[in-house]
Amino acid sequence: MIDGFLALYIFMLAAFTGYEIIARVPVILHTPLMSGSNFVHGIVLVGAMVALGHADGTLDVAIGFIAVMLAAGNAVGGYVVTERMLEMFKTSKPAANRGEQGE
Amino acid sequence: MSSEFISRWLPDLIRASYLLAAFLFILGLKRMSSPRTARGGVVWAGVGMVIAVVATGLLPGMHHLGLMVLAIAIAGGLAWWSGRRVAMTAMPQMVALYNGMGGGAAAAIGVIELLAAARMAMHGGDGLSPDAQTLAVLGVLIGAVSFSGSLIAFAKLQGWMDRRFVFPGQKVFNLLVLLAGLVLGGMLVLGAPSLPVLATFVAATLLFGLFMTLPIGGADMPVVISLYNALTGLAVAFEGFVLQNEAMIIAGTVVGAAGTLLTQLMARAMNRSLANVLFGSFGASGGQAQEIEGAQKEIEASDAAVMMAYAERVVIVPGYGLAVAQAQHKVWELARLLGERGVKVRFAIHPVAGRMPGHMNVLLAEAGVPYDLIADMEDINPEFPGTDVALVIGANDVVNPVAKTDPASPIYGMPVLDVASARQAIVIKRGRGKGFAGIENALFYADNTRMLFGDGQSMAAQLVSELKALDT
Repeated sequence: MIDGFLALYIFMLAAFTGYEIIARVPVILHTPLMSGSNFVHGIVLVGAMVALGHADGTLDVAIGFIAVMLAAGNAVGGYVVTERMLEMFKTSKPAANRGEQGE
Repeated sequence: MSSEFISRWLPDLIRASYLLAAFLFILGLKRMSSPRTARGGVVWAGVGMVIAVVATGLLPGMHHLGLMVLAIAIAGGLAWWSGRRVAMTAMPQMVALYNGMGGGAAAAIGVIELLAAARMAMHGGDGLSPDAQTLAVLGVLIGAVSFSGSLIAFAKLQGWMDRRFVFPGQKVFNLLVLLAGLVLGGMLVLGAPSLPVLATFVAATLLFGLFMTLPIGGADMPVVISLYNALTGLAVAFEGFVLQNEAMIIAGTVVGAAGTLLTQLMARAMNRSLANVLFGSFGASGGQAQEIEGAQKEIEASDAAVMMAYAERVVIVPGYGLAVAQAQHKVWELARLLGERGVKVRFAIHPVAGRMPGHMNVLLAEAGVPYDLIADMEDINPEFPGTDVALVIGANDVVNPVAKTDPASPIYGMPVLDVASARQAIVIKRGRGKGFAGIENALFYADNTRMLFGDGQSMAAQLVSELKALDT
């Protein structure tokens, strides 16, 4: 189980991680990255599934169903939109120095 | 697999999957922060998401699996379809929409947990621990504000709601709604949770998100969307603690922190504080702006084409007007034609060109412009004095020298592209009107500026055909 202080440690370390990741990002990636982080919090789908899975009674099941739908929209939509934006980044230099993703 | 094996190892396996998912999310976001690896980054994060979702489906004691799959199939299918077909110019509002859905989901999870806790307490059992109960309530508050606020942001950017909605005493009213929400939230934390209190609490927080976003103008929406994105992350992290789910805590917090920083970067690029965006009203303050003297001087497309064809360095400054006119493909064709003639062409992008920082880069990338021809403001500004022709297409406020010269102007202090110091500026513009912020642009009246009035798409096409005609 995660008790209060352990959660605070996780919280602190994850917050620094998020800050550091963004700190050095070039402006050209701000929009895709905002979309990418929007996709990442689509992990709420996991929580919505747990909530629906343990729901009891019609009201809870209905709210849980809505939660799963909303969360799935967040995750899938976030992914598709981010992927479409990033798909378009290419360079004018020849494919030789493009690294491992030669496409 | 024996049932003993399942009961012994499955919980650990699922937690290990969450650990792996959290790792993949961080790795993915890290890779997304460099243009060369960005494409792979989102795929890594996507793999993490699939792993976490599948692992969750295997959790012991889960009911309603059929409903779950149905909900994911319906909403996932719709989101896939809408995300695929939306135009690149409409990306910001789609991000707002998906983000709002995430916030709504986090709020709904909190509501279910609070309802369950209330039932447990009623039957004499233990509900949530006090800290879990507090975080559940906070998660509902933040998630609901993000939900309704993001939907309003979506509607505004989509053009369904183009007026700012302002009434006297609005700030006091908003404050009262927020206070009501906080009091109700406090009652949920301290007293025994009850359904009517919970329902009113949710209604108040939804209303607050709505009223908070309504008075904010379209130009400020990107900052607001980024803020709601960070808030959703935070709500997810809080509900993750309530559910004791590590993946949600980590992913939510990372997004919360990253989103907060991104929001600040955006606000700074527009030279506004976050408080100013949220609570100030744009253009209402400041004294009388200085009068701009001179007249706008027109130029023909053929003359403009000749001017650029015999230039050594040309810088193209695209603005949102270019995207609206869908002119990015024609402009890239123009740049290639100039390049073939030996002209050095670069694209200069203001941090807030388009509707979000980086939005214009995406639109140019869509047209096939390689990203190494695109320069940031800091890199290109020192080069303008050595530039023969600066071609401005559909950009206005971000090239307005008034931001540097007139302290009374509402955009005073905003960093601008130094187009006015190029030897010659050509501005393609639909009409003589003012920009998004409603401010006169001194660049249009400068001695070395020529105006090419017309739609961005057709003007770019004319320039292309004039250039081709030069060689025949």
